[in-house]
Amino acid sequence: MRAEDYGERRVEVLGWPVNLTTYRLGEVYHAKADNVSPGAALARATGVTRAEAEDQVLRRAEELLARTRRLR
Amino acid sequence: MESYAHPETLVSTDWVAQHAPDDRMRVVEVDVDTGAYDEGHVPGALAWAWNSQLSDTVRRDILSREQFQELMAGSGISNDTTVVIYGDNNNWFAAWAFWQMKIYGHKDVRLMNGGRKTWLAEGRELSTERPEVKRKTYRAAAPDWSIRALLPQVRTASESGAAALVDVRSPLEYTGEILAPPGLPETCQRGGHIPGARSIPWGLAANEDGTFKSVEELRRLYGAEGVDGSRPVVAYCRIGERSSHTWFVLKYLLGFAQVANYDGSWTEWGNLVGVPVEKGAPAAVRTARG
Repeated sequence: MRAEDYGERRVEVLGWPVNLTTYRLGEVYHAKADNVSPGAALARATGVTRAEAEDQVLRRAEELLARTRRLR
Repeated sequence: MESYAHPETLVSTDWVAQHAPDDRMRVVEVDVDTGAYDEGHVPGALAWAWNSQLSDTVRRDILSREQFQELMAGSGISNDTTVVIYGDNNNWFAAWAFWQMKIYGHKDVRLMNGGRKTWLAEGRELSTERPEVKRKTYRAAAPDWSIRALLPQVRTASESGAAALVDVRSPLEYTGEILAPPGLPETCQRGGHIPGARSIPWGLAANEDGTFKSVEELRRLYGAEGVDGSRPVVAYCRIGERSSHTWFVLKYLLGFAQVANYDGSWTEWGNLVGVPVEKGAPAAVRTARG
């Protein structure tokens, strides 16, 4: 087994830059969301399509990022 | 191109692919996301969970010598085993494991350059099987505490400037605008940084593909902030894993003699009563001469 269709792209979630990594292992798509700075893993999800895996992981990332407070 | 100070501590994904684990070599995956290993890993690799197997969760500490010996023996590692460690997030917790192995004197431990990210991106073989491990005998050396900084040393470094403090967190954590990386739990009461610390985020030492930057680039990066090996260095982050990455860079890629990881990091400092905290952008570079 190898990771296929590997790709990374930057998206913005609630104003935070997020690195979205997606690849396929066998029949399953895996998606991972990292915050760009500092680069920590936020969430991971799977789906039968790339879109499904990415939708799920971005939904979870949004839930987590919504909790981040900016102190002025 | 000039080579790293200790090139024997870093191996490429190619090297790992060509050296299947055997009785003399063990490959170990250490991830921030402890579920990643089960998706698929380097064939023959074991997994260590940073939050249970590499920590004493009761004392909030690294492993004791006895705990470390037990982990090694149970992982089929003897004192002369070559251990290759890799993980997600550009080897954050792989570097943390490497650091603990050096505390307990393991001679031949290496990081896989680029970690899990590079292995996946290159489309290399993955396995979901857990290897069978034959228990070995392991005797850890007396701990080398010179590579670990505890609170009293960090306070002294902050007050005297005798050691360079390197804050490897993100710029927003450094300035105090956020208390934890976006999306992660806040583990401190206050934001900001240790007085005198320079902001050099860990990720600046890595290329886009997760591998380490060249020795020339690294020297420029740290040198621009007055971190050139002429005085001891203490690296810190939030819980000590990102700073393990920087500790590895300074100690093994640049070859600085005195580099310590402050694993108490901001989770300790940011919760202390009565210690000073700086907020905001970095001040001008402070060197050993003033």
